[in-house]
Amino acid sequence: MGKDLLRFATAGSVDDGKSTLVGRLLYDTKSVLADQIEAVQRASVDKGLATPDLSLLVDGLRAEREQGITIDVAYRYFGTPTREFVLADTPGHVQYTRNTVTGASTAELAVLLVDARNGVVEQTRRHATVLAMLRVPRLVLAINKIDLVGYDEETLRAIEKEFTGLARSLGFPDDAVQTIPVSALVGDNVVERSARTPWYDGPTLLGHLESVPVVGPEVAKPFRMPVQYVIRPRGADAGSADAARWGELHDYRGYAGQIAAGTVAPGDRVVVLPEGRETTVTHVDTADGPLAEGTAGRSVTIRLADDIDISRGDLLVAADAQPSVTSEIDATLCWLNEKPLRANARLLLKHGTRTTQVIVGAPEFRIDTDTLTEVSLVDTADTLELNDIGRATLRTADPLPVDDYADIRATGSFLLIDPPTGNTLAAGLVGSPLALSPAE
Amino acid sequence: MTELARAPLNSSVTTIERATLDALDALESESIHIFREVAGEFDRPVILFSGGKDSTLLVHLAVKAFAPAPVPFPLLHVDTGHNFDEVIDFRDSIVERLGLRLEVAKVQDYIDDGRLVERADGTRNPLQTQPLLDAIVEHRFDAVFGGGRRDEERARAKERIMSLRDAFGRWDPRKQRPELWNLYNGRHAPGEHVRVFPISNWTELDVWRYIQREQIELPSIYYAHQREVFRRDGMWLTEGPWGGPRGTESLEKKSVRYRTVGDGSCTGAVESTATSLDEIIAEVTASRLTERGATRADDRLSEAAMEDRKREGYF
Repeated sequence: MGKDLLRFATAGSVDDGKSTLVGRLLYDTKSVLADQIEAVQRASVDKGLATPDLSLLVDGLRAEREQGITIDVAYRYFGTPTREFVLADTPGHVQYTRNTVTGASTAELAVLLVDARNGVVEQTRRHATVLAMLRVPRLVLAINKIDLVGYDEETLRAIEKEFTGLARSLGFPDDAVQTIPVSALVGDNVVERSARTPWYDGPTLLGHLESVPVVGPEVAKPFRMPVQYVIRPRGADAGSADAARWGELHDYRGYAGQIAAGTVAPGDRVVVLPEGRETTVTHVDTADGPLAEGTAGRSVTIRLADDIDISRGDLLVAADAQPSVTSEIDATLCWLNEKPLRANARLLLKHGTRTTQVIVGAPEFRIDTDTLTEVSLVDTADTLELNDIGRATLRTADPLPVDDYADIRATGSFLLIDPPTGNTLAAGLVGSPLALSPAE
Repeated sequence: MTELARAPLNSSVTTIERATLDALDALESESIHIFREVAGEFDRPVILFSGGKDSTLLVHLAVKAFAPAPVPFPLLHVDTGHNFDEVIDFRDSIVERLGLRLEVAKVQDYIDDGRLVERADGTRNPLQTQPLLDAIVEHRFDAVFGGGRRDEERARAKERIMSLRDAFGRWDPRKQRPELWNLYNGRHAPGEHVRVFPISNWTELDVWRYIQREQIELPSIYYAHQREVFRRDGMWLTEGPWGGPRGTESLEKKSVRYRTVGDGSCTGAVESTATSLDEIIAEVTASRLTERGATRADDRLSEAAMEDRKREGYF
């Protein structure tokens, strides 16, 4: 067993020092190499700066460097002796919903930054709302620039109290939230414990990232696996050099996929959805040999006892805990495109490995992320626009086996795609993963 | 390359019990998922294969994704003509062993008939774009797997795993589709294609650790060997038809190895005595330079060299 892998996201608003914090993590874990530092120093001198601008490490596109802003989610990689990290660094101000949703969709943890001088601001509430809706399992509130408030415990406790209250109201369990006072600039509590915060007895940011469990909540859920591809070696070209080699496998028929939730083992009863036939798993194969048990996250090839017609788009599920099969879906939509939602639009919906046609009804609510309330759109001309989050009912051409996003992320999520351009219009979450009160 | 494809897949094989995924397992499963998505959704995918370590890793993962069936894609090599013999021999042996079809698009053909002109600096990496795009059109490839990794270069850090290219093969970083969960949107119009990067999330060290774990065979030039080299722009280059040594440059015999393998004119060797994977991993871990910074002249051309090449359709 080697090192494990934690995927996490960072979010914060413009001036809270996120680039500096990311730079600090990379620098202090020795993930920034000499030629990168030199390149940044050269570029900083060219721009007439006295000190190296660490954000240049992160901003990869010409337009970003020219405008001094971060446009797009950037992925960063670093490691320590115990763990590897994939960091989705999401910019705060431009298209924050689109970027935060993208970065958070694969994250097991999110680091949310606030400036100690400002505390919890609107942007913090918006980010926390999106992270809660995406069901990111763990949250870190990094209270940055503590050096600028004189390492004052009272100030920090007040921010912590306000934020934990917010997190609780958004549905985060208390033990999923960790508040850490840091100074990214000076380095307090990022990698090294600070002597200037004796009243803080929690972990450093890196210490916390290294010690949180990485086994996602999906492993404990009922088994789900979208079928990606049917593997049949006899499909090999008869004239190819491989024909003889595959001959012995003439009857092999395996269903390839990545386990989306739960575990699967030979002998398990499974159902093939949406059709509904029940059968038994005989093998959980990998190229390295069969597994006694496959867990969520692993790509496998499953063989079944009965000869059933199964193809790409089907979903294998635990027989004793099945999702509902429906062609009417109540969903939360995060609108990601400049083209707004048109009521009764005919779009494409990609769920697991199946793409089907869908008609999206008129949006019912828009979520006001400042007040954390639902604003009714019924009988108004308003619709969902870029960066809006709202609710609508969808009717699909084919029935889909869906779970509530709050229960199982992989089978409760989907994309809405614009047929003429092929662009992704919205991220969809089945049900309402945020339980909010209607606006007064 | 291990004899994966030959491994019998029946219950007599010792059952592996690895309940949780370590970092390499997680990366492997993600890459396999990407290969299978493309196989399920595209008509004519192709794997870019040069015989270098990243593309050899790609082919290894593709073999694992479809075992015990053969890899359902052909391979495409964009050949600069400035090759290392060891790498071409290795390329051909892999192709033969796996029984795959290899297409070769040759930069030399383009120079011979005047469609491309040799650059003053003799570097041919930037000249690969046109033959690549022509091969994509000629064979009507709709998905092109590349071995690009986000840790290589900062423009690549913003690249999607599935990335749309227009009819001219161009990448527009401002118009990238958001990529959510593991739901990839590869929809494209006729004439457009999608570049796919299954090892986006791997680091150089991950690649080496995995090569060690899986006992993947590589061309010999990745290991330390004695070679006549000359110094240019801070890199050790090998003698060849691309010119050199010239002027005050002189050949010296050094113990070197390659960290990346590309066009011979701009791929430098590093001084090394690492002859085993253990030693290479120790060296990579201790290195203070990125692999591109250490060994690729083409990325030093300007601050946005990679972004500009990618926009034009480079891999």
